[in-house]
Amino acid sequence: MSNTKYTYAVARIRALETSLLTDGVIGQMLGCPTVEQAMQLLMEKGWGSGTSEEKIEDMLACEEQKAWRVIQDTAPDMKVFDVLSCPRLYHNLKAAVKAVCTGSHVKDIFYDGCSVSGEEMMRIVENKEFDRLPGRMPGIAREAFETLLHTGDGQLCDVMIDRAALEAVQEAGRQSGETIIREYADTTVSIADIKIAVRCSRTGKSAEFMRSAMAECEGVSVDQLIRAALSGEDEIIKYLEGTSYAGGAAALAESPSAFERWCDDRMTESMKPQKYETFSVGPLLAYLLARENEIKTVRIILTGKQNSFPDDAIRERVREMYV
Amino acid sequence: MSELGIVYALLGAAVAVLLSGTGSAIGVGIAGQAAAGVVTEDPSKFAKVLIIQLLPGTQGLYGLLIGFITLSKIGVLGGGLADLDVQTGLLILAACLPIGVVGLLSAIAQGKTAASAIGIVAKKPDQFGKAMLFPAMVETYAILALLISFLSVTGIQV
Repeated sequence: MSNTKYTYAVARIRALETSLLTDGVIGQMLGCPTVEQAMQLLMEKGWGSGTSEEKIEDMLACEEQKAWRVIQDTAPDMKVFDVLSCPRLYHNLKAAVKAVCTGSHVKDIFYDGCSVSGEEMMRIVENKEFDRLPGRMPGIAREAFETLLHTGDGQLCDVMIDRAALEAVQEAGRQSGETIIREYADTTVSIADIKIAVRCSRTGKSAEFMRSAMAECEGVSVDQLIRAALSGEDEIIKYLEGTSYAGGAAALAESPSAFERWCDDRMTESMKPQKYETFSVGPLLAYLLARENEIKTVRIILTGKQNSFPDDAIRERVREMYV
Repeated sequence: MSELGIVYALLGAAVAVLLSGTGSAIGVGIAGQAAAGVVTEDPSKFAKVLIIQLLPGTQGLYGLLIGFITLSKIGVLGGGLADLDVQTGLLILAACLPIGVVGLLSAIAQGKTAASAIGIVAKKPDQFGKAMLFPAMVETYAILALLISFLSVTGIQV
């Protein structure tokens, strides 16, 4: 009966899927003349903490917490979701290392919802108790801390931790034992590698730099991506046309924001079959990604409206919804 | 009087009740997990999901019915045990097997189908009728097995 351990969780997710934002609601938000009206629409849909005068970031943070709370309540094993919390955990490490090395104490730089909270991470880095960190983190944390302390090179520190985060995502995907999670992890790493290649190509970074930033994955070849990036963005597009990211090549040729949107839409599309699963972790992952996707889209619309961006500029960044 | 005959017949009644009852317990349990998940988020769907949850429970009742008929037939319920030879005992055991085996497997399958159907009700409560049909289709095979077990048990001359 082990294949029925997700039955309760999936049924609960099915009930919650009815409150996910549809493309129609996103269209309504886009049609709102002011940011206040768009936020009012969201509040009517149950977004935020229910208090009036809520700020955009507070509302979005509240929704992120709600999504994670649902998964924590329902999932029989949170270990399989390490793949999603890894980037947050490594972000917390990066923020703590920088805060300690520069002696600055900036508020609200940490993510909640991962195994080591921001406060705990600060204590670990301040006291250099890196061995208290989970998995392979102690080694990279120590190395990044020493590097930043001795060289003062923030970018190098970022690259080291970001690559370690990608490797951790890949490892978490493999260890989950779930095909859908492994595929998600590999897609995440592949897309990150493509983005690194594009940025490095634009800024003229060396092959060594790219190699130190990219993580190995099944979706794309790091060697070929580096070679293409050294020859220019057109070569990256040409290389991608021969991979499963061919659609991304066309989006990349259009604009960086079109590529970002294509990446998110591809992920949403690949998750849609999970709407018909009943006994696997897939619907939980799909729900969490759908929530993250709609929060990202809402953030784009609200900040776009707040800064009086043209409707077309906002519309081209709007993601496809899961339901 | 062969004592083995009555032992086989009682084993038949036990198989019918045990296997189909176990199947129903598992099936109702699976559907119950899904029902609980939906009611956690939307208590207004309680009645609808409860009906679907109960569908895999019927196999247990079919097994009970065959067990009851068997016990009556061999005189365990009426007092005065029937004088059964080994061959008749084995015949009764064989007659009880269809509802036992099919009851076990169909109830588990129906429980899984019911859990999926509860997912339909969670998202589209107006499609309750259609959602009911999917697990109800599995019931067909439990009824066929019940029919054969019933005809066989009642047809055996004691």
